[in-house]
Amino acid sequence: MKSSLHILGEYTLLMGKTFTAPTRWGMFFRQLMREIYKLGADSLGIVVIISIFIGTVIAIQISLNISSPLIPKFTIGYTTREIILLEFSSSIMCLILAGKVGSNIASEIGTMRVTEQIDAMEIMGVNSANFLILPKIVGLMLFIPVLVVFSMFTGIIGGIGASYADINGMTPSSFIYGLQFYFNSYYIAYSVIKALVYAFIIASVASYFGYNVKGGALDVGKASTNAVVMSSILILMADVILTHILLT
Amino acid sequence: MIEIRNIRKTFDGRTVLNNISAVFETGKTNLIIGQSGSGKTVLLKCIIGLLRPDSGDIMYDDAGILHLRKHELDKLRKEMGMLFQGSALFDSMTVLENVMFPLDMISRDSYRDRKKRAMFCLERVNLLNSEHLYPSEISGGMMKRAGIARAIALNPKYLFCDEPNSGLDPKTSLLIDELIHDITKDYRMTTVINTHDMNSVINIGETIAFIKEGVLEWQGNKFEVITSNNQALNDFVFASDLFRKIKDMENQKEG
Repeated sequence: MKSSLHILGEYTLLMGKTFTAPTRWGMFFRQLMREIYKLGADSLGIVVIISIFIGTVIAIQISLNISSPLIPKFTIGYTTREIILLEFSSSIMCLILAGKVGSNIASEIGTMRVTEQIDAMEIMGVNSANFLILPKIVGLMLFIPVLVVFSMFTGIIGGIGASYADINGMTPSSFIYGLQFYFNSYYIAYSVIKALVYAFIIASVASYFGYNVKGGALDVGKASTNAVVMSSILILMADVILTHILLT
Repeated sequence: MIEIRNIRKTFDGRTVLNNISAVFETGKTNLIIGQSGSGKTVLLKCIIGLLRPDSGDIMYDDAGILHLRKHELDKLRKEMGMLFQGSALFDSMTVLENVMFPLDMISRDSYRDRKKRAMFCLERVNLLNSEHLYPSEISGGMMKRAGIARAIALNPKYLFCDEPNSGLDPKTSLLIDELIHDITKDYRMTTVINTHDMNSVINIGETIAFIKEGVLEWQGNKFEVITSNNQALNDFVFASDLFRKIKDMENQKEG
């Protein structure tokens, strides 16, 4: 069993090896485009589907739980917007992406390790960490904020859709009024900043677990699971810290 | 020429290599043989610098690999080619892209020249019509040949092969052996092959180092293998009835 300090040391050394100038910028940009497409653009579908449904469910649940005549109906739209902007589209969506993208990265790099593809790169004098990991980190940091903004947009569309169902007196006009009520654009920036940090956590932690796999297919599976668990915990911890720093 | 001197390597207190010294000559196919678990893969990884021995020295001509700075080691690595046991081709790239990879990363030649060189290497290993296929679409023998093409793309001075025949049928094994042998001769490389395939020993073993339980038990060539009296070597090389009969026949001829 490796100690936490040992893991932290290995992770730091790996990041040191990763964050160097690429030997061939052309190859780096080619890899970057591949990663953006494979890890980012490919996740667009799942992000849109989850966001629409969760946006709808949030609106319905708030509508059902606010039955007091003292609370105006536009509160439903207002609360839905705040939940989606502040927490769902950044933190919850990145937890989901940690599962999808994190396991993908850890298993891809882990398989390359156990099939000696990484050794082959090292023998050629290629910095394997820089070639494999840097485009993934940069790609995710560029595209996850885009996915988060997409999630905000589609989540709110889902909420508006729910308002047409006329549940407990919720109307589209009151919902849309609530969406615009007391809007603070800083919350979008706050979410994007959180997404940037989460993207780094997902890509770097998953890469670390994949890069340090020893053994065979079973160990690649274990690394993939560990990557998802560890990045989820770190995302939640970062959420607390960032919320404290950025909102208080 | 590669010379290893008194190499010792331990893992968690367990000695895997104990005081191994050997010379691998230029222009020859140098074989490291031994049973599974004898330490030959660890030795090969030490020679190429993927593992650092606890003590000893590894000389590439006049350069001691263990004393090189990072940029010097990177420079030396550009003179090495390696064929891995499972070929280690990059799954996401076609055969041509795999062969072009070291050229793309290291060479300063134009794209046209790099592609020309890659096509030449593919032609050399007789894989010209498979350049657009992915590793998952080609056979084990073709993967080995693609691995050899990639290993020689940068025209290396040193070629390393880890179990080049594993998982191949005898006929394909023979072709791979001959290909490695021919390339070694044509380009005057220092080739080190890690194997436990006895056909390779008999066919291309110009120098042979036999390792048993981490110790260099015997050194010689393919002719000396037949006549050797080393019991451990005979038990390993002539484990099959067929090879034992060949040895008896050879000994009778000599007698």
